[in-house]
Amino acid sequence: MIELSHVTKEYAGRGKALNRLSLRLDKGEFAFLTGHSGSGKSTTLRLIHMAESPSSGEVVVCGFSSGGLGSHEVWKLRRKVSHVFQDFRLLPGRTALENVAFALEVTGAPRHEVEPRSTRLLAQVGLAAKSSLPVHELSGGERQRVAIARAMSNEPLVLLADEPTGNLDERASRGIMELFRDLHAQGVTILMATHDLELVRAYPDLRHLELNQGELVFDSHAVVAGEA
Amino acid sequence: MYTIREALAGIRRAPVLTGLSAAMVALALFVVGLFAVATYNLHQALSRVEERVEVVIYIQDDVREAELRLLEEDMLGLPEVRGVRHVSKDEALVRARTDLPEFEELFLSMDVNPLPASLEVELAPGFRDPASVERVADRTAIYPFVDEVRFGREWIDRLHLLRQIGGIATGILGTAFAVVAGLIIATAVRIAIFARRDEIQIMRLVGATNGFIRRPFLLEGALTGILGGFLALLLTYLATVAVSRTIFPLDWIPAEWTVGGVAAGGLFGLVASAFAIRRYLREV
Ligand SMILES: Nc1ncnc2c1ncn2[C@@H]1O[C@H](COP(=O)(O)OP(=O)(O)O)[C@@H](O)[C@H]1O
Ligand SMILES: [Mg+2]
Repeated sequence: MIELSHVTKEYAGRGKALNRLSLRLDKGEFAFLTGHSGSGKSTTLRLIHMAESPSSGEVVVCGFSSGGLGSHEVWKLRRKVSHVFQDFRLLPGRTALENVAFALEVTGAPRHEVEPRSTRLLAQVGLAAKSSLPVHELSGGERQRVAIARAMSNEPLVLLADEPTGNLDERASRGIMELFRDLHAQGVTILMATHDLELVRAYPDLRHLELNQGELVFDSHAVVAGEA
Repeated sequence: MYTIREALAGIRRAPVLTGLSAAMVALALFVVGLFAVATYNLHQALSRVEERVEVVIYIQDDVREAELRLLEEDMLGLPEVRGVRHVSKDEALVRARTDLPEFEELFLSMDVNPLPASLEVELAPGFRDPASVERVADRTAIYPFVDEVRFGREWIDRLHLLRQIGGIATGILGTAFAVVAGLIIATAVRIAIFARRDEIQIMRLVGATNGFIRRPFLLEGALTGILGGFLALLLTYLATVAVSRTIFPLDWIPAEWTVGGVAAGGLFGLVASAFAIRRYLREV
């Protein structure tokens, strides 16, 4: 489903954000991606979403290769792989409902389906009551939910989430995790970047990948495989 | 459908920016409009002067009616000639008396009419230039009863030169104004698109196709250009009326020019949008 092979990402004058990183995520997996701030988590997610291309190496996601996907075709990948951005990337002047509807509209959903589907998605993330509020009036946790509702709107095969519990309290974090567990149960492959190790420990059944200075330094699956 | 809705929504969500863009486009095209009015009126004035270009053929007194008719028909047969007017000796005298009243006494005291009869040859539009006039004059050489041919050669030459200079000057200035207007329109559109780059990025990130993202912006650019074109037209019209009332009368430009101007505004807006949006469709 997702495969990075010897991926290096270098930013001009900033050194290597990722250094010959190889990792593989199969269909239906749910993995945490941890590491210190600056270890390359966000960069990894952006490369998988193909918002950036690797300096060397190859990223293959849902059959699309970073080497072969032109910027005019990247929409094909984005309709299978959704990204919940760390900074949400919502349209500030518009309501929660409009933000979700926007994603449906611009990906060509039939017009009469847009509103009921948006309403249903917001209800799923527990925001039914606030759907008509402009997003800049919502709290961080509520905006996070709008972003998740939008990411779920095109029924993705893969969900990437960048620190989705980053600035939420314990209870709100649990709420988000419940949502992700539900999606995972429906077959969605999930890769979630976080630096909240306590949260990771609370879900020992899920895979845990750890980055350090752009290299993979820990993989719970590899440990299990090694011990077996 | 989405395209139209989203383009209108874009204008509605940022009315100030759209208004500013349209105002910039309007001012740019207003300058072009003023230039067009000035050019058109200069052209009209030159044409009116040129209408007075004529060749006068003075005829000897002893000419026979039939011979004169032959010359007249010959002249009318030329493509350069629009009309021929016969001025008899008597008519010439009457004209002279009204044109030069101070010599009234002199004319009355004469018992023979010293003025010759003439043919006044009016030239067709497009043939009021030195070469054509020369050709018409030369044609009369074969008629022995023709005394003299006159056509203010010097001022025809000057008129022709003026027309040529005018043509070159309007060509250069017109191109310069159009280029400047084009740059201003392009800048206005770039600013409008820059203001919405986040929206464009989000559209790409959630999986919209480039064509889908582009269309409302193209429509919005075209609408801004057309709106600016109409505003410019209004400003130009008001300016023309104001000048006509206070300084000197001006003709309003032909309808095709106004339609062309507004259409050019729309086309510029469209093309400028297409260019301005390109880089944002590669960014993420
Ligand atoms: N757009 C960018 N331009 C330059 N350097 C960047 C950019 N994005 C990330 N980096 C650098 O790459 C490294 C990894 O960053 P990032 O992937 O954001 O880490 P994390 O998400 O784990 O905190 C950091 O050193 C960061 O400064
Ligand atoms: Mg990060």
